Formats: sequence, structure tokens, C-alpha cells
Amino acid sequence: MTLVLYRIDDRLIHGQVVVGWGQPLDLRFIVLVDDAVAESDWEQELYRMGVPPEMEVYFHTADDAVNAVAKYQADPRPGLLLTGDIATMRKLVDGAGVTAVNVGGIHSKPGRVQRMRYVFLSPEEEQQLRDLAARGAKVTAQDVPGARPVSLDDLLAGNES
Amino acid sequence: MNESMTQPANDDAQSHGVPRAIVAGHGEFAAGLVSAVEQITGRGTQLIPVSVAKLSVQDIEELLRSKMLEHGVKVIFTDLQAGSCTMASRRILRGMDDAILVAGTNLPLLLDFVFAEGRPAPEAARHAAERGRAAINAYGAGA
Repeated sequence: MTLVLYRIDDRLIHGQVVVGWGQPLDLRFIVLVDDAVAESDWEQELYRMGVPPEMEVYFHTADDAVNAVAKYQADPRPGLLLTGDIATMRKLVDGAGVTAVNVGGIHSKPGRVQRMRYVFLSPEEEQQLRDLAARGAKVTAQDVPGARPVSLDDLLAGNES
Repeated sequence: MNESMTQPANDDAQSHGVPRAIVAGHGEFAAGLVSAVEQITGRGTQLIPVSVAKLSVQDIEELLRSKMLEHGVKVIFTDLQAGSCTMASRRILRGMDDAILVAGTNLPLLLDFVFAEGRPAPEAARHAAERGRAAINAYGAGA
């Protein structure tokens, strides 16, 4: 196996990731790419305690992750890579050859407009998603495995169903 | 009229409605459980259900913190160990030695908690967690 999903989710490790995706994909590791978490032992311990014992979590800054992704892609176990924002994923699309991006959750915040039940975007973030696609990444929105993947065009148009 | 007769017949009845804990989790988890507690015991108002759909992690933390302050409670019940509410609660409780978080909440646990009004809420929550854990059983299919 390899990294089977590259997900943008501002909640990082949470129920949908650990259980919703983790069980059907039999995930054995999560690569959490977030500068703030990578610098905090306390936050890392918090996220480690949220996953089952058979699942490992690796932490990287965005810059570190660019070089580390190849190692995880070669891992025989199924894994999931997670970023908390689009800009971090952009670094991995540019620097690590990520070709498919799952928008899993970007939640409400001032300046953002709701596009889907679980996706709220500012105009800048909409452009960032378009930029990912322009660089060759296939961008779809899908919160859980049982949901239909929504294309970037439909996501930006607010066509969830 | 005897002054004492103007008091409620059961002082304990007045405390049944005082908020003592927050319940938070995915979807309608909190509202559903609190509704069940109310239906079974009439003591559901001890629990404040919080729904966090659509909220970012930061907003979840802010909401839970504000609810704790507003109601003066030091107990949070959440659903999943890995859930966003659990993560946010752990951040809130960092350094708060007199508060408690219980993850993996179920109905038997909350029922035990609402009947333990004589105990400090954090102590009652710890006791209830043990009751909740012990209340899970499997029947049939080779049992």
C-alpha cells in the first residue's frame, strides 16, 4: 500500500478521519503536516491519544513533509496524509508530487462563504483550490467514504448533491 | 401558615435542574442523550447539550469554554476519544486541576451522573465513567 488519501481537514485528527476513513481503509498510519503541531510536544501527544493503538501518527512541518512524502508513499502499510489548510497542501502538490487532494472539512469562519455542508471558503481559498487543480491535482470534496466525491467545479458552485 | 410549608416538599427537587455538566459530540449525539436522560429521570436539565456541526476546532474550543463559564460547570462528557469535542476539551482542561473530561460517554453513565447530586460534579463524573464502562454487555451469537 501507500498513502491512500491526501486530505485537507481543519479539524486534523478527529472522528471522521480515525473511524470514518480509518476503518474501511484499514489505515495503519497518519502523516499530520502542520507547522504548529510539529512544534508542540503537547499537541502531538493529544493527537496520538486520539488514535487506536494499531495506528501510528507522524508529525511534520510543511517544509519537512515535502521531502518525507516519498518515504511514506513507499511504506507497505496504508496511510493517510492530513493538512489543516489548503496552503500547506499546495506545498506538497508543488514539492512532493501529490496528484489527488481530498477536501474533507474546512469549517465556518469570518470571511468564508458556505459552499457545502462541511466546506466554507474565502475568495482566497477558492483561488487556492483552483491553483491546486491548475497544477495537475485532482481536487474533490468528500467528508466520508460513503459520500459521493464532489468535483471542484461543483464544490465551488455549491452543488453538493 | 407555617413558614416551612411554603418551602418545596423536597429541597432536592430544586437542585435537579441545576446545570452540572456539558455533553458534546457528533451530530445530534448530545441532544439525543440529554433527551433520553430527561425522559427516563426528569433530570435532563443538569446536562447542557452542545452541537458543534460546521464549527472549526478553534470555534469548538471557544464555544465549550464559554458554556463552561456561563453555567459554572467543570465537567464535560464527549463521545469519541478522537473527536473534535474531546480534543478541544482537553485543551480547555489543560491546567484546570478541578475539572474533568469523560470521553466515550453512554446513557448508563449519564444516568448515574444525574442521580449523584450529593457529590461534587467531577467526583460524580469519575464514578459515572466506571458505571458506564461496566454497563456494556454483548448477548447472543456465541456468548
